[in-house]
Amino acid sequence: MDRFAWTSGLLELGETLVVQQRGVRLCDGEEKVKFDSGVLLLSTHRLIWRDQKNHECCIAIPLSQIVFIEEQAAGIGKSAKIVAHLHPASSNKEPGPFQSSKYSYIKLSFKEHGQIEFFRRLSEEITQRRWENMPTGQTIQVNKDPQAGRIRAVGIVGIERKLEEKRKETDKNISEAFEDLSKLMEKAKEMVELSKSIANKIKEKQGDITEDETIRFKSYLLSMGIANPVTRETYGSGTHYHMQLAKQLAGILQTPLEERGGIMSLTEVYCLVNRARGLELLSPEDLVNACKMLESLKLPLRLRIFDSGVMVIELQSHNEEEMVASALETVSEKGSLTADEFAKLVGMSVLLAKERLLLAEKMGHLCRDDSVEGLRFYPNLFMTQS
Amino acid sequence: MHRRGVGAGAIAKKKLAEAKYKERGTVLAEDQLAQMSKQLDMFKTNLEEFASKHKQEIRKNPEFRVQFQDMCATIGVDPLASGKGFWSEMLGVGDFYYELGVQIIEVCLALKHQNGGLITLEELHQQVLKGRGKFAQDVSQDDLLRAIKKLKVLGSGFGIIPVGGTYLVQSVPAELNMDHTVVLQLAEKKGYVTVSEIRSSLKWETERAKQVLEHLLKEGMAWLDTQAAGEPQYWLPALFTELYSQEITPEEAQEAIP
Repeated sequence: MDRFAWTSGLLELGETLVVQQRGVRLCDGEEKVKFDSGVLLLSTHRLIWRDQKNHECCIAIPLSQIVFIEEQAAGIGKSAKIVAHLHPASSNKEPGPFQSSKYSYIKLSFKEHGQIEFFRRLSEEITQRRWENMPTGQTIQVNKDPQAGRIRAVGIVGIERKLEEKRKETDKNISEAFEDLSKLMEKAKEMVELSKSIANKIKEKQGDITEDETIRFKSYLLSMGIANPVTRETYGSGTHYHMQLAKQLAGILQTPLEERGGIMSLTEVYCLVNRARGLELLSPEDLVNACKMLESLKLPLRLRIFDSGVMVIELQSHNEEEMVASALETVSEKGSLTADEFAKLVGMSVLLAKERLLLAEKMGHLCRDDSVEGLRFYPNLFMTQS
Repeated sequence: MHRRGVGAGAIAKKKLAEAKYKERGTVLAEDQLAQMSKQLDMFKTNLEEFASKHKQEIRKNPEFRVQFQDMCATIGVDPLASGKGFWSEMLGVGDFYYELGVQIIEVCLALKHQNGGLITLEELHQQVLKGRGKFAQDVSQDDLLRAIKKLKVLGSGFGIIPVGGTYLVQSVPAELNMDHTVVLQLAEKKGYVTVSEIRSSLKWETERAKQVLEHLLKEGMAWLDTQAAGEPQYWLPALFTELYSQEITPEEAQEAIP
């Protein structure tokens, strides 16, 4: 009983009443205490008990204090009870009726029934942990007790709550749309669970599941937008869709690439392709996954990733290393060049110009002069002149 | 006495049992895949129904989009992962965000020479809205953030940096570590920052402050004003939006120069 604190009994902002029950007695472990007849209120954040005779006598305990609860059925002359096992009181707890207790559990005795419903609601609140999503003015002790595998439905409930409040002002359509959305999400959640269990099966039996089945599974994941839990595949998240896409890209990008000196950044490709499509656009991930397959499908383009992380598509016939030789010539002619200047001269994007100069530097042909005026490249005379 | 589990016979039996388990296991996976396929079809139907009733809501209402995205995230689903996903195909959310991605890339590219590849979310928002025209559907800052998060995977340095109460959007592959970010946040209040301010607010040594500022200068994200009274000021064009809001003609610009 020492986990309880005195309270006004008023709900805080963000705290909502879930259920209440008259005629409840509190017991400290096995011992009776003076709180023998009161109203027990369950909110999203706390368990509150108010004396029926003296309304000013009101105590509360945060739900986060509760480890777990048990039911005790009624017997002859005995009311049904809920036993709540508690965490030790926190040191910064507000003052309460008891300084110490030799028990780490309390009993709630339902003299006027209502135990079944209350137990159900209390279980729900403890599972959902809504108090974590809606901090109130009080100091709520948050349990650092991660329960692995627990599904956090709090987000959805929290949102539901906010919308309930707005419902008066907002269009009725939204609330209906939202209800339908919630139902839809419940079904989507089932799909996620199923996919997890299949993924586990696949993991366990690497090599025993056919490639065909794996591909099927991946395409299901793609449809639902579920991240592939079985990563480290030979070709990433590739599915038949991405293979087809890769082939399409090879067709679409041939000419644009030739027009741009054989190389384009992936962002340029993304814009070009999507502008051309107009509808049924590609997601950035679709593009990347398709491009990753270009090489293995022996298409005339390939994906290249520079050290900086910049990703480009090149024609197979394009040889960046050869371009470096001509870059060196250009830089030598001018004495020195920044990426901006080089880009303007050659007619390429600054992003790719920089990558080419960096590559030239990596290959030892250029030297850098890094100052506040910018990054400038010079021919590497250390190499050419002894 | 009967010795159990030894001998060639036992080994053969064990192998047979294992093979049967594996076979059964494969069959189990096959069953589950078939089940998933069926459930997918059902889900698709549910989604179609939802779309027929509420597709407009998603299109028109940014708030509803936020709720939708949050719920998807909560259950572990990414509706924007692929244009081929059900969500994208039936609700049209994909096209909305992917097109927005294109518009964001274009705005950032256009302004890069001025701000070095750093722009506030507000300004990006304004520019994107301008580009979309009067009759296009409304786009919220939350929409922009989600679109940008998706763009990261393209490798061209898209990133989001929280500053003050808002965000800076980075669109170049420049290395911005914690030190740089913190200085950007400090500069957010006035649009510029000085070495002394960094020293007093962040309690850094002069050398550290100078390194960060020089890096920002090099990247073109900061401009140096040596004519400021007192000490040099490092201005961030990304934060100083007044610079862009005035459309100055070349003639006016000429006159402005003393």
